[in-house]
Amino acid sequence: MRLRRRRRESSRLMPIKNQKDPGRGVFTRRALLFMAIQAGALGELAHKLYQLQIKDGDRYARMAASNRVSKRYLAPPRGRIVDRYGVALANNKENWRALLMPEETTDVSGTIERFSTIIPLDDRDRARIAREMRHQRRFIPVMLRDFLSWEEMARIELNAPSLPGVLIDVGTRRVYPEGELLAHLIGYVAPPNERDVARSALLALPGMRVGRAGVEQSQDEKLRGTAGSVEMEVNSVGRVMSELNRVEGMPGAEIGLTIDRGLQQKVLNRIGEQTASAVVMDCRNGEVLAMVSTPSFDPSLFDSGVSHAQWIEWTNNERTPLINKAVAGVYPPGSTFKPAVAMAGLQSGLFSPTDRVFCPGHLDVGGTRFHCWSRWGHGSVDLHLALKYSCDVYFYEMARRVGMDRIAETAHQFGLGTALDIELPHTRTGLIPTPTWRQAHHHHWNGGDTIVSGIGQGFVQVTPLQLATYTSRLATGRAVQPHLVRAMNGDLGPEATPEHWPELGMPDKYLAALRSGMFAVVNEQHGTAPKARLGLPGITMAGKTGSAQVRRVSRALRESGHFNSANLPWEYRPHALFICFAPYDAPRYAVSVVIEHGNTGADAAAPLARDIMTDTLLRDPVNHLTPPPESVATAETPEADTPPADTPE
Amino acid sequence: MKFHKRLLRAEPSFRLLSKLWSISWLYVLLICTLAGVGYVTLYSAGGGTPYPFAAPQAARFAVGLVLMITVAMLPPKMLVRIAAPLYVLSIILLVAVLHMGHVGKGAERWLMIGGLQVQPSEYAKVALVLALAAWFNRISYARMGNPLWLIPPAFLVLLPVVLVLKEPNLGTAVIIGGIGASMFFAAGMRLWLITLLLLPVPYLAKFAYAHLHDYQRARITTFLNPESDPLGAGYNIIQSKIALGSGGMWGQGYLHGSQGQLNFLPEKQTDFIFTMIAEEWGYVGAATVIGLLLLLILGGMLMAIRSRNRFGRLVALGISMNFFLYCLVNLSMVMGAIPVGGVPLPLVSYGGSAMLNVMLGFGLLLSTWVHRDSHFGESENQDQT
Repeated sequence: MRLRRRRRESSRLMPIKNQKDPGRGVFTRRALLFMAIQAGALGELAHKLYQLQIKDGDRYARMAASNRVSKRYLAPPRGRIVDRYGVALANNKENWRALLMPEETTDVSGTIERFSTIIPLDDRDRARIAREMRHQRRFIPVMLRDFLSWEEMARIELNAPSLPGVLIDVGTRRVYPEGELLAHLIGYVAPPNERDVARSALLALPGMRVGRAGVEQSQDEKLRGTAGSVEMEVNSVGRVMSELNRVEGMPGAEIGLTIDRGLQQKVLNRIGEQTASAVVMDCRNGEVLAMVSTPSFDPSLFDSGVSHAQWIEWTNNERTPLINKAVAGVYPPGSTFKPAVAMAGLQSGLFSPTDRVFCPGHLDVGGTRFHCWSRWGHGSVDLHLALKYSCDVYFYEMARRVGMDRIAETAHQFGLGTALDIELPHTRTGLIPTPTWRQAHHHHWNGGDTIVSGIGQGFVQVTPLQLATYTSRLATGRAVQPHLVRAMNGDLGPEATPEHWPELGMPDKYLAALRSGMFAVVNEQHGTAPKARLGLPGITMAGKTGSAQVRRVSRALRESGHFNSANLPWEYRPHALFICFAPYDAPRYAVSVVIEHGNTGADAAAPLARDIMTDTLLRDPVNHLTPPPESVATAETPEADTPPADTPE
Repeated sequence: MKFHKRLLRAEPSFRLLSKLWSISWLYVLLICTLAGVGYVTLYSAGGGTPYPFAAPQAARFAVGLVLMITVAMLPPKMLVRIAAPLYVLSIILLVAVLHMGHVGKGAERWLMIGGLQVQPSEYAKVALVLALAAWFNRISYARMGNPLWLIPPAFLVLLPVVLVLKEPNLGTAVIIGGIGASMFFAAGMRLWLITLLLLPVPYLAKFAYAHLHDYQRARITTFLNPESDPLGAGYNIIQSKIALGSGGMWGQGYLHGSQGQLNFLPEKQTDFIFTMIAEEWGYVGAATVIGLLLLLILGGMLMAIRSRNRFGRLVALGISMNFFLYCLVNLSMVMGAIPVGGVPLPLVSYGGSAMLNVMLGFGLLLSTWVHRDSHFGESENQDQT
């Protein structure tokens, strides 16, 4: 009964005044107010949700899609560099590296510390990691160490639980199987700097490299290729969940060089420890078959970073290992310049090949005495003899009469003192001085300047590559340009045919006169370079010696009679030069050799050039499609033990 | 019928059965439905597997369910008796957590007790509801007119608020303050007093802003303009809105919400779980969940109104307000309507401490329902004739 009454009572929802339970009315009213607020608040939220999901839904759905799809660019593999037979000179190799995903570890510095106990990090590594850490978003991995060995990777994998966020990744590194042999030609690559990235966005891709020297630099854009792209579904931290679409990029082009790797090696062996450079060229089309500059350096050191000590060692070395002397070393050509002077004289019409000049051992002009290299003089010499004896007085006289402007013009036609089209960076043009040039530098041009220029001294400066080009042009009469790139992806360019190159426009009879003079230098009795005579049956070569003084010889020293440049300290000895081409009757190969401080062209440079030419003729790279077997080639090199019979002087 | 009732009343064991029978099983069903929604969503948040979220959460819910039903059996007399010790314990825990607690994400603090993570601030809310209800039950409605009687309960509220603020957990402090205020109001605080107290509020707000932590201020500024820092402090809000918006009317489909599955959603299994529901089930699903939450809140309020004793009314109201404020803060947060602050969505979000304390609250709520007709406190004496 009581139960029932109670129920009835309680069914009155709002007892306005309840004596037994005061405050219940107030409570009920206020609770109802709360309920209204609660319903209203949640209703308002439902309304707000409606706005977000339905009204603005499209906009947010688009944002969601762009959140989800990430377009990434794929770094194209860098093109290979091969020699004329397809032997790889620059290649790509897998590079295993350890990366750290900063957001996947709670304690970045602790993880790096633990990592360094497993794989040592030096201060440079640490500084680089700290720098990248500051600049990058937390989901972009930071490279801890690359070039990991298998053993190092195994150690990292083993310790993976204590290295959260560390992952191993494969990239590519550039390898140069030939190392020092072709360092100057091929150059090397390095990670792009900010200016590179500003020029080409492609370079921002991880793993991209930029050529910093040699063909790697000059052919950089062709080697680089074009980037592919891949659209991927990514999660919020940028991790790839699935691949949606992929566009393959174009790998970089394979660059085929004109170089014969085997010949390059032989030339290097011939040079040995000397500080020298040598260029072997196909004189009919300007293909550079070998280009050596010693000493060299190991290009692979650049990819992983050159140590400071190593860099200091290189840059302080007086033998300049980092400089490619064949294109960036400038030397006075010395007597090798004489054929160019002679051509200027012949073309001027003031000289004919038979005109004679008397050489008493010196020439006096305006109170200055210019000495011939022979104290006793050569007597009466025509062009042929002047070249053969390398008579200085003949060319003093010729230069004096022809004038510097004509000499410079002819020298430029031969490629001396000009910018050549070689595919190498950091080349130097050298200099053929003229009165105009001298005046531009606010100096007076003396008559004596012209006279010493006649024997390739004074201000005249050329590179070994220019000498080889000059020799080629002299030998063929065509304006060939030296070049290193022969093929791209296997397709030959038009430069390979001799007819591609225009005639120099020099009369054949004059060229023939110069060639015969150069033939006499090597092959006739009393020529200056008997040591350059080839020991090969039926093949002869023509050449010209040169000894370039690096220091003026004082009169007192010369008259003391005790002057012998071989007794000078190394850095004061003259440079030894030799240029030559062969075969004489049908020129095919041109060689130039410069031995720094080698003393005399005849004794130091000529035998070296002969050996190089012998190697070249035996290999005959322009007439072969595959490299000759190495063992056979060395076995058939006879000149080492059969030196040419020296003609008595 | 009568006999059977009498039998049940006579025998203690039968009385227990009768009590069990009188639990609002409809309400329990609603709770289970909401927990089920949580399980299903956590299954998706775990990448379509019960681990690491869904299965542990289900286990906790099972424990919570037992706890709830056990608490629902406790008579109000006993609850009043344990209110004070529980409150003291909660204050001790709050002080302890300040000194030896573990800090997560700069705000949440927990203690490790017997291998369990305990968040004292969650538990403090329930303890406060009990303590306040006990106090207001002790002083009659008539005494509510005298402000002096309101000073002790004001301290009861302020103490945990200050301690939680020191943690510092702004969101929970606001909820605790809100619970306290609503109970003062419902208990019959006079209107003139309320008006008097509300007057200096604007000045206090200004003062409070000056003393906020940097990260709390950052939340307020990014809330006002989330696009100002899309990858930093505004990231959570923007990503949350994107996920909500990408759900559309019908959603992207269960287990197919791109933002949640791809981890664009921050804290998708805890604070931002509602976003996942909205993304995968669309507006229809999300609105249904809001409806479910409202049903639980209003149901609790109706139980409060229905209770015939002051203590039960206030407990039920406090628990319901707690649940409501939880939902309000969390939902507003994920929709970018208020600054973000580590408040989970009750029963749905992953997390043990919140789950157990919510279930403890529901146990108290159901206890007031089971004992809705028990005359207790001031009215008990009159009725005992």
